Amino acid sequence: MRLYALAVYLFLYVPIGVIAVFSFNAGRHAAQLQGFSTQWYGKALSNPFVMEALQTSAIVAGASAALATIAGTLAALALQGVGGKPRAIFDALLYIAVMVPGIVIGIATLIALVTLFDWVNPVLAALWPLADQAPQLHLGKGSLIAAHGLFAMALVVIIVRARVAGMDRSLVEASADLGATPWGTFRQVTLPQIFPAILAGFLLSFTFSFDDFIIAFFVAGSETTLPIYVFSSIRRGVTPEINAIGTMVLAVSLVTLVVAQSILQRGRGRGAA
Amino acid sequence: MTPRLRTGLLLAPAALWLLAMLVLPLVVVLVFSFGERAAAGGYSAAFTLENFANLGTRWAAFKNTLMLAPVGTFLCLLIAYPLAYYLAVKADRKWRTLLLILVIVPFWTSILIRSYAWIYLLGGQGIPRLFDSLGLGNPRLINTPFAVLTGIVYGYLPLMVFPIFVSLERLDKRLLEASADLGSPPWRSFLQVTLPLSMPGVATGCMLVFILLMGEFLIPAMLGGGKVFFVGNALVDLFLQSRNWPFGAAVAVALVVIMLVTVTGYMRATRKWSGGRDDVSLM
Repeated sequence: MRLYALAVYLFLYVPIGVIAVFSFNAGRHAAQLQGFSTQWYGKALSNPFVMEALQTSAIVAGASAALATIAGTLAALALQGVGGKPRAIFDALLYIAVMVPGIVIGIATLIALVTLFDWVNPVLAALWPLADQAPQLHLGKGSLIAAHGLFAMALVVIIVRARVAGMDRSLVEASADLGATPWGTFRQVTLPQIFPAILAGFLLSFTFSFDDFIIAFFVAGSETTLPIYVFSSIRRGVTPEINAIGTMVLAVSLVTLVVAQSILQRGRGRGAA
Repeated sequence: MTPRLRTGLLLAPAALWLLAMLVLPLVVVLVFSFGERAAAGGYSAAFTLENFANLGTRWAAFKNTLMLAPVGTFLCLLIAYPLAYYLAVKADRKWRTLLLILVIVPFWTSILIRSYAWIYLLGGQGIPRLFDSLGLGNPRLINTPFAVLTGIVYGYLPLMVFPIFVSLERLDKRLLEASADLGSPPWRSFLQVTLPLSMPGVATGCMLVFILLMGEFLIPAMLGGGKVFFVGNALVDLFLQSRNWPFGAAVAVALVVIMLVTVTGYMRATRKWSGGRDDVSLM
């Protein structure tokens, strides 16, 4: 039994490990190790395309996670007091947002936004005082943030709501009885209790956006995120540089995830959620 | 400010977001699926069922998806169950949380990079070369259904382990003691007590993996090399290469309908196991 578990863990981690080991390989060849070197990291980090893609990914992940966390937390708090039909509709939409395949979300967003822009852009051009300076709406960071944020927001609502449901209501009542304003109660009683869930929601949202390929593939327009860059490089051939980028991407998400997990687990340990 | 107004204001950003980026786009897909392809690609308004009538031209993609998604789900289950059992029943309590985190964490890391790792391992310079040097021949692994299934199991195993672990951990150990006291050998206790009681977790895990597999694009794109392709690959081709949006929209609608029908049927069939509410979160 224990041996079996060990084998599965090896299956899960050896491929990742191979990428990491070969990212430090001095030679170009995939087959043999030829000594330790960090040259591929240097190559990757001095490649302007990689750096630009990294920047785009970081901006999109940061902005979509921040917006999703705010909107999701507000909604999770508000949903406490909502029942009946509105609640059922909201739950159904969250469920759809999480369950519909990313590829369908990507396609739907692409054709909806392109169609919308095709209508809006001529109107903007006609209304703008200086016609040739009228802004043109197009796919890019904005559409990436909106599309990634949608899934992330559903995730945040689910995580934060579980925490809100496990919260000790009597503390809120006690605070009100002692004369605190609703805002004061929120800031001093509710927020500290749900904060771990909010933080974990933010970190998960960030990793989701940072790692997502399929939605970005459709709605990125002329922008290139890091996964899109990696995907198109792999199509051109496997290079040690990809190993270095891949190892860095994995390292970023692993660190973020371990932090998020330990925050959530600690929260559970205290009896909540 | 009335509580009602406050609730409304708090919900507004999320509700608008869902409306603009989820409901509206999905409605657009449905509308487009009845339209015609414009001369330059894209969409021109019409009402025709032609796109749905032409679905048969993409039958290969549907067939691959409908065969490999269930097979992949079943393989995940076969490999995940013993691990979940070990974690929930046998593993040292002290290490359980850490071991569980180690299973879940890969799921949240880039599936792109993890599939890439298998290109590396299964490609000409990887395992086939190792076999060759051991004198075991030089099997062709990459760009085969085997490669795609390996990628699938590798990618979705964590999603299967977690729900099964949760239902096994909740299992009342006294039932097993009772079963043993009444003279059942361990294998019989397992078959008659543990296995039936873990069915809600099995059902949840299978559903999650199956749903995600139906929409898979990356794994077949990277490990199937154009030979083993899913509906997702057909969709990318239709939207980004041939720009036949209405037909692509019809394929997407067909995919979602197949998913809904399968999942609803599946949930009906498994309801008898999961009588209670089984709220399994992914974290």
